[in-house]
Amino acid sequence: MVDSTKTDNRERLVVIGNGMAAGRVLEELFERERDRYRVTVFNAEPRVNYNRIMLSPVLSGEKTYEEILIHDDAWYAANGVELIRGEKVIAINRDERKVISAVGTVADYDRLIVATGSQPFIIPVPGHDLDGVLTYRDLDDVEAMLAAAEKGGRAVVIGGGLLGLEAAAGLKARGMDVTVLHLMPTLMERQLDQSAGYLLQKAIEARGIEVVTRANTHEIAGAAGAVRAVRLDDGREIPADIVVMAVGIKPNVDLAKDAGLEVNRGLLVDDLMRTSDPAIYAVGECVEHRGQCYGLVAPLYEMAKTVGAGLAGDDGLAYRGSLTATKLKVTGVDLYSAGELAEGDDREEIVLRDAAHSIYKRLVLQENRIIGAVLYGDTADGPWFFQHIKNGTDISEMRETLIFGQGFAGAGPLDPMAAVAALPDDAEICGCNGVCKSRIVSAIEGGQATLDGVRATTKASSSCGSCTGLVEQLLELSLGGDFARAVADGMCPCTDLGHGEVRRLIAAKELMSIPAVMQELQWKTSCGCAKCRPALNYYLLATWPGIYVDDQQSRFINERVHANIQKDGTYSVVPRMWGGITNPTELRAIADVADKFAIPTVKVTGGQRIDLLGVKKEDLPAVWADLNAAGLVSGHAYGKALRTVKTCVGNEWCRFGTQASVSLGVQMERFLWGAWTPHKVKMAVSGCPRNCAEATVKDFGVVCVDSGFELHFAGAAGMEVKATQLLCKVVAEEDVLEHCAALLQLYRQEAHYLDRMHKWLARVGMDHVQAAVVEDADNRRDLYERFVFSQRFAQSDPWSERAAGRDSHEFTPLEGPKLEAVT
Amino acid sequence: MKLTTEKWLDIAALNDIPRRGGRVLKVAGGCIALFRTNDDQVFALDDRCPHKAGPLSQGIVHGAAVTCPLHNWVISLETGEAMGADEGQVATYSAKVSNGRVLVGQECLRLGMEPADG
Ligand SMILES: Cc1cc2nc3c(=O)[nH]c(=O)nc-3n(C[C@H](O)[C@H](O)[C@H](O)COP(=O)(O)OP(=O)(O)OC[C@H]3O[C@@H](n4cnc5c(N)ncnc54)[C@H](O)[C@@H]3O)c2cc1C
Ligand code: SF4
Ligand code: FES
Repeated sequence: MVDSTKTDNRERLVVIGNGMAAGRVLEELFERERDRYRVTVFNAEPRVNYNRIMLSPVLSGEKTYEEILIHDDAWYAANGVELIRGEKVIAINRDERKVISAVGTVADYDRLIVATGSQPFIIPVPGHDLDGVLTYRDLDDVEAMLAAAEKGGRAVVIGGGLLGLEAAAGLKARGMDVTVLHLMPTLMERQLDQSAGYLLQKAIEARGIEVVTRANTHEIAGAAGAVRAVRLDDGREIPADIVVMAVGIKPNVDLAKDAGLEVNRGLLVDDLMRTSDPAIYAVGECVEHRGQCYGLVAPLYEMAKTVGAGLAGDDGLAYRGSLTATKLKVTGVDLYSAGELAEGDDREEIVLRDAAHSIYKRLVLQENRIIGAVLYGDTADGPWFFQHIKNGTDISEMRETLIFGQGFAGAGPLDPMAAVAALPDDAEICGCNGVCKSRIVSAIEGGQATLDGVRATTKASSSCGSCTGLVEQLLELSLGGDFARAVADGMCPCTDLGHGEVRRLIAAKELMSIPAVMQELQWKTSCGCAKCRPALNYYLLATWPGIYVDDQQSRFINERVHANIQKDGTYSVVPRMWGGITNPTELRAIADVADKFAIPTVKVTGGQRIDLLGVKKEDLPAVWADLNAAGLVSGHAYGKALRTVKTCVGNEWCRFGTQASVSLGVQMERFLWGAWTPHKVKMAVSGCPRNCAEATVKDFGVVCVDSGFELHFAGAAGMEVKATQLLCKVVAEEDVLEHCAALLQLYRQEAHYLDRMHKWLARVGMDHVQAAVVEDADNRRDLYERFVFSQRFAQSDPWSERAAGRDSHEFTPLEGPKLEAVT
Repeated sequence: MKLTTEKWLDIAALNDIPRRGGRVLKVAGGCIALFRTNDDQVFALDDRCPHKAGPLSQGIVHGAAVTCPLHNWVISLETGEAMGADEGQVATYSAKVSNGRVLVGQECLRLGMEPADG
């Protein structure tokens, strides 16, 4: 009995039907307003809200009923919803605003929702009411089919559409002999064209299901009140223990019609999903909106949003109709269909067939837009095409390659890409729940690392599940290979490989370009990201000196324009001063440049160089040209490269000095400059252990002593402060240079991009470095020579190249259209 | 005059923008960043990162996104929205390639500007 509690003054909301539409409306409403209504739901079915589209997996045994529940008893209790099960509403009294159920329950309403779904068609042939003639709509039907399947025997499914084929596959999986009868020449003719229908038939038959097309059922023959056979028009008789009719549905509108609501094929609603009675909403398969009745979940979830909002008092969220796409949920059959597929005078088509692989793809075009797509065998691009259908994208530019999907469309360079990586953010991943890519990605980034987590937060993949693969790919894409585990050592989300593996494979497979690496190592994104591209560029450069052509677009802006970007978008420029030495001519040139280009700040850096700060990007080439003219070259203060060699004055001036620290520093800098390294490299030479050049917090530091030179490395004074480790002691200046270059080369060959030297050392260990650089003289020589070789290609001043006009596009803004200011 | 010729402004040749790169377009109201993706799509956005106004045009372009050069926010070229955990959005303008030319919608000339013939 419905108890109208006297103390509860809330508005009364009554819902007729408890299918997928009703369930979703309540969710949408509760998300907005939890307590506004006292809610009563009538359901003709004796159960809670479950996922109807998952009945096929229940039938085939891939899922249980419990697994397809949407709202369990606890949900109704928690939300204070009164669910009246197994009671069909038989009348709506609009004058008195109440509904009456078949057993006499009466409920008053202020607002009413009609969500009665649809009814299966029954072809009224003789014998349609025999025992064993079933429809396929709810759990009772599934249970009836399962009971029949227990006994084995033969099933005839009438109807070769989506439902019929799913029923057939399910019954077959349960061990029955199954025949599908289809009136039309090809299966699923509403969604597929003949070619795809033909491939589908072959696939269904390959599962041991018999398919009879052009099969017009004449009668269902019975014996003792139960089904015995199906007889066709042409006289053929197919023995049957059960017959499943799956020939179509019609909106369930009798109740609404009796109540005097406006009904056409479906119950008529406006864009706010209101019926002709403003107190009554309708939603789901029972409605007709703008002349359209829908038989899929995605549209009714959109409708539910509108109803939920409307009930919460927000009429701003109008429903404007849906475009639909379908996937067949028969395991192992890849089929995707979207939009309009009929041929027409003003329509063109593009078709791709691959007989050997049973792949068929067809796009229907109208005025350079895709209006329909059928994919069979390879459906990966389905969502991409669907997106273009929805967006009405003009495809004329990519027409030639369109059919090959997003990996190729647009005739862009051949590039590896996981289809999903390149999907636009608003691409719909889960059609049932209307969840787009960005929502899933942000859920993952918000900490969801499992499929279940993503399902719980976004609802994606929680309905028919056909998008599960896509969601998993997104997880993989965002989290790296094993998405249950957070990214551990993968280079970035574009690959599961770590830096070390990538480096090794570049050499082993002789990969010489970024696209080659991405193709061969199966990058998951179309062109990488800001993490992996600079790293790859460096690895290739370090592996193939003289061969690899540097990719400017994979460099950080600093290295692209050879200046440091500053917080306001201006740049700073640091001329090289070898070993920290300068002279009046250079200083004058610097002063002149600062004047000429109104450079606001001139500062001495921690590395004994002069920094010109606040240069406009357009001025850079001219600034360099002037500095170059005075003999100054780039100090690479912007790069992952040798920055500075800091020195003290050493024995040339200092009373404590033991060696010529300045001239050694100058030699080192002249020898090493220009080398690209995994991270910035700073060096220093101190003339005695007093260490005025702070050589023991550098990547490489020399401390001069009476008997020669102590070589230190792997120090840093940045975010982490690290004192150096002693590499070894050497006697002559040449030894310093050889050890230094060999060490640098080893670091360049082994370090991960953006690892300072101390990080690399922590990974490879002191023994390894000493063995390679100190103990094994041949190896040291080898390393040294490799370094010298690559310097042949590195030591050209990037400033003079840019000042001479290289990459000038970097420095000149585009000229806008000719305009005059109005104000 | 036809609507279509009014709506689009011819800015540059596609090849004036490096693949996976950006260029700056100066209009009276400020700077617009034009990007060209690996697959030759073009996008136009305000050249100001929603984080701290970094010049997006100077960032690294990957897929249909750009990583800001100042603090590595990743901005979607399609929506102008910050991706990942960051929140913020930069204005976008319509842009397209036609016969090898880059066209931008004239709405990018906002901030008190009108086309000379408009
Ligand atoms: C086997 C199967 C597979 C499907 N697969 C897919 C798929 O893969 N993808 C897809 O998008 N769609 C699929 N669909 C379609 C999808 O299930 C429907 O579009 C959706 O369930 C319609 O929701 P609804 O709420 O409008 O109706 P329903 O979910 O049918 O709910 C209507 C409910 O109202 C009850 N009811 C009716 N009249 C009354 C009354 N007078 N009083 C009380 N209760 C009443 C009914 O008993 C029923 O429970 C499939 C359907 C079936 C049957
Ligand atoms: S490190 Fe030694 S040699 Fe160099 S300046 Fe200091 S005290 Fe003098
Ligand atoms: S200004 Fe762009 S990330 Fe900070």
